[in-house]
Amino acid sequence: MTSDAAALTAVEHSPVGGLAHDQRGGISNPILGMILFICSEVMFFSGLFAAYFSTRAAYSPWPPAVDDEVLREAFNIKAEPWFALVLTIVLVISSFTCQFGVWAIRRDDRTAFMRFFAVTLVLGVTFLICQIYDYMTLGFGLSDGPFGTTFYTLTGFHGAHVFGGAIMLSVVLYRGMAGQFSSRHHDAVEATSLYWHFVDVVWIGLFSTLYLL
Amino acid sequence: MATTVLHPAATRYRSGLYEWLTTTDHKKIGILYLVNSFVFFFIGGVLALVVRTELAAPGLQFLSDEGLYNQVFTMHASFMLFLFVIPILAGFANYVVPLQIGAPDMAFPRINALSFWMLPLAGLLMGSGFLVGGAAAAGWTSYSPLSQDRPLSSTGPGQDLWIVGLLLIGTSSILGAVNFIVTIFKMRAPGMTLFRMPILVWTALTTSVLVLMATPVLASALIMLFIDRNYGGHFFDPATGGNAVLWQNVFWFYSHPAVYIMVLIAMGIVSEVLPVFSRKPLFGYKAFVFATVGIGALGFSVWAHHMFTTGADYLPFFSLMTFLIAVPTGVKMFNWVFTLFRGKLTLSTPLLFALGFLSMFLIGGINGAFAASVPIDYAIQDTYWVVAHLHYVLFGGSVFGVFAGTYYWFGKMSGRMLDETLGKIHFVMMFVGFNMAFFPQHALGLAGMPRRIADYGAANGWTELNTVSTLGAFLLGASMIPFLWNVFVSLRSGKPAGDDPWEGNTLEWATSSPPPPYNFDRLPEIRSERPLFDLRHAKARPDVTPPDPGTAPQPTL
Repeated sequence: MTSDAAALTAVEHSPVGGLAHDQRGGISNPILGMILFICSEVMFFSGLFAAYFSTRAAYSPWPPAVDDEVLREAFNIKAEPWFALVLTIVLVISSFTCQFGVWAIRRDDRTAFMRFFAVTLVLGVTFLICQIYDYMTLGFGLSDGPFGTTFYTLTGFHGAHVFGGAIMLSVVLYRGMAGQFSSRHHDAVEATSLYWHFVDVVWIGLFSTLYLL
Repeated sequence: MATTVLHPAATRYRSGLYEWLTTTDHKKIGILYLVNSFVFFFIGGVLALVVRTELAAPGLQFLSDEGLYNQVFTMHASFMLFLFVIPILAGFANYVVPLQIGAPDMAFPRINALSFWMLPLAGLLMGSGFLVGGAAAAGWTSYSPLSQDRPLSSTGPGQDLWIVGLLLIGTSSILGAVNFIVTIFKMRAPGMTLFRMPILVWTALTTSVLVLMATPVLASALIMLFIDRNYGGHFFDPATGGNAVLWQNVFWFYSHPAVYIMVLIAMGIVSEVLPVFSRKPLFGYKAFVFATVGIGALGFSVWAHHMFTTGADYLPFFSLMTFLIAVPTGVKMFNWVFTLFRGKLTLSTPLLFALGFLSMFLIGGINGAFAASVPIDYAIQDTYWVVAHLHYVLFGGSVFGVFAGTYYWFGKMSGRMLDETLGKIHFVMMFVGFNMAFFPQHALGLAGMPRRIADYGAANGWTELNTVSTLGAFLLGASMIPFLWNVFVSLRSGKPAGDDPWEGNTLEWATSSPPPPYNFDRLPEIRSERPLFDLRHAKARPDVTPPDPGTAPQPTL
C-alpha cells in the first residue's frame, strides 16, 4: 500500500473522514461548507433587502412623512451619517486585520495570527457597543412606521451576525491559545475569516443603502 | 505525507436507545428521519380525515366551529409539507446518497445529527399550538393580514409557535443542504465522476441547491412576520402601512422552489427503481440530469404564478416560465416511459408504486398546466381544482415515490424484505383510495367549490362528490394498516434480504444489508453509472477490466 493510499485509509476510516487533511486536494470540506452557508446567508439578507426596497418604493418621499416634528427629525439619518461612517471604518479595518491574521497563520506565524485576531475581535465588539449606543440615541423605534421597522430589522440582523462572528472569533482565539492551528491545519481560521468578511460586506451594503442612497 | 492517525471511534459499541439518540451515522440518522416523518405523516393524515369528515355533508356536524376547522387544515398542510414530505425525502437521501457515491458517511456527521434533531422539536412546537388556545389557523401559506396578531386574524400564540417551528425546520434544511452539497462534491469514491452519479444523487444535489438558496428567504419572511406580530412591525399589514403582497412574494420565492424540493428526490427514487425492475439502463441519463438541473434553475422564476389574481406581477412572464418548466418535467416523463419500453418488467411492489408515481404525477402535471394559463387560473384560483392539483403532485407524485423507496430500500435498511402480498394490497388500496379522494375534487373545483371552507350549502350540488371524496380519504387512510402491519411483521420475520435482493445497479447493493458502520469494506471499480451491473456482467464486457477483489487495486476503505 502506498503512502497515499495509507493516508486515504486513515482519513476515510475516521469519524471525521475528509476533515482538515483532505487528501484528494481541492477545497477542504469545512471551507466549502462555510462558503455554501454564506451563500444561504446572502439569500437571507436578500430577503430583508427585498422587503426594504419594496417598502421604500411604496412611499414617496422616503422616509414616510410624519406629523411628529421630533420623529421627522430623527428619521433624517442621512443628514448625520458620521457615526455610522465611523462604524463602517471600524468594521472595514477589522476585515483587514482578520485577513492579516489569516496570512500570518498561513506562514506559521502564530504570534502575529493571535494578535491580529485579537484586534479583530476587539474591533468587532467595539462595533457592537457603538451600535447599541446608536440605537439608544436614534430617537425612533422599531414600531415607528415602515421606516423604523425596516431600519431596525436590517441593522439588527446584521448586528446579530456580527455577534455570531465575534463568538466564532473568540472560539478561534481560544483554540489558537491551545495551539491548535498551524500553517497546515487552520480551516477554522479560514472559515471564520470568510464569515467575517461577509458580515463586513453586508454592513457596507447596509450603510450605502440606509445612509447614502 | 502527514496524516493524523485518528482513534477508531467507529468500533466503539454503544447499545440501544443511547446509540440512536447520539448517533452520527448517516444510515441511522436517515432511518430516524424516516420514522419521524412517518409519525408526522400519520398525525397529518388523521387531521386530513378530520377535514374530510367535516366536509362529507353540508352543515357543521363534526367540528365545533370554523376556527377549529381552520386550525386543522392549517396543521394538516404544515405537518405534511414541512415535517413529512421534505424531511422524508431528505431522510432517503441521507441514507442512500453516501452509499451510492461510495462515501463512508456525510461530510459533517454531527451537523447531520443536529439537522435531524431540530425536526421533532419543531414539530412539537408547531403542534403545541393546540394546547395553548389554538394552533396556527392562517393556512400553511400564512397570508397577511390573516396571519397578523389582530382581531379576526391570528391572535394567540399558535401562529408564533408555527413561525418558530418553521424557522427551526428551515435551519435544519439549510444545514442539511450544506452537508449534502459538500458530501456530493467532496466525498465521492475514486472513479465516481459527476456523470457517473446515480440520478438520486443528482436530484439530492439539485434539491440541496434549491434549499440553500430559497429557504433563507423564507426565514427572512418568517422573521419579518414575527416582528410584525410581536414588536409592532409594519412589513405586511396594510392597516399599519405594510404591504400584504410583499409577504406573498417572499413566501412564494421560497415556496415555489420548495415544490421541487418536495418532488425532485421522489423523482430520483423512481429513477432508481424503474431501471432495476425493467432490467434496462435509465433511458437518456444525461438528458435526465440536465432536466433535473433545468428544473432547479427554472424553479426560481415561476413563484408569482401563485399570485396571478393579485394583479401585482407581470403575468405574461410568469405564465410563460410556468409553461416552460413543464418541458424538463416532460423530458423526464419521456425518460421514464422509454426506460420501461420493451423492458423485462418485474411487477414488484416498488415498481408498482413507481408506476403509480408516473401516472398520478402526469395527471398532476396536466391539471397544473391549466392553472398556468392566466385566464383559466382566474377562474380556478382557490377552488378545489387547486387542491386536486397539489394533491396529485404531492401525494400522487411524492408520496407514491416515498413508498416506492420504502419498499425498495427496506431490505437494505433492515436486512429483511417487506412482504410482497401485503405490499400489493397496500398499493391497490392506496391507489384506489387516492383517486377516489382527489379526482372528484377536479369537478368540485370547476363547480366553484372554494378551498379552505368548513361548510357548504346543500343547494350547491357539491354533496355527492364530497361524500365520495371522503370515502376515498378513509380508504386511503386504511391503506396504511397493511403497510404498518407489513413493517411490523417483516422486521421480525421477513425474508432475509441478502446484499442485493433486486439485482440493483448502484453501490448501496455492493455492501451488506444493513451496511456496517462506514459502509464499505471494499468498493467495486466504478467505470459507469451502473458499477454493479458492470461487476455482474464483467465477463460479457471484454473492454471492462474484470474486477478481481484479490489483486485489483482496491480503494480499501
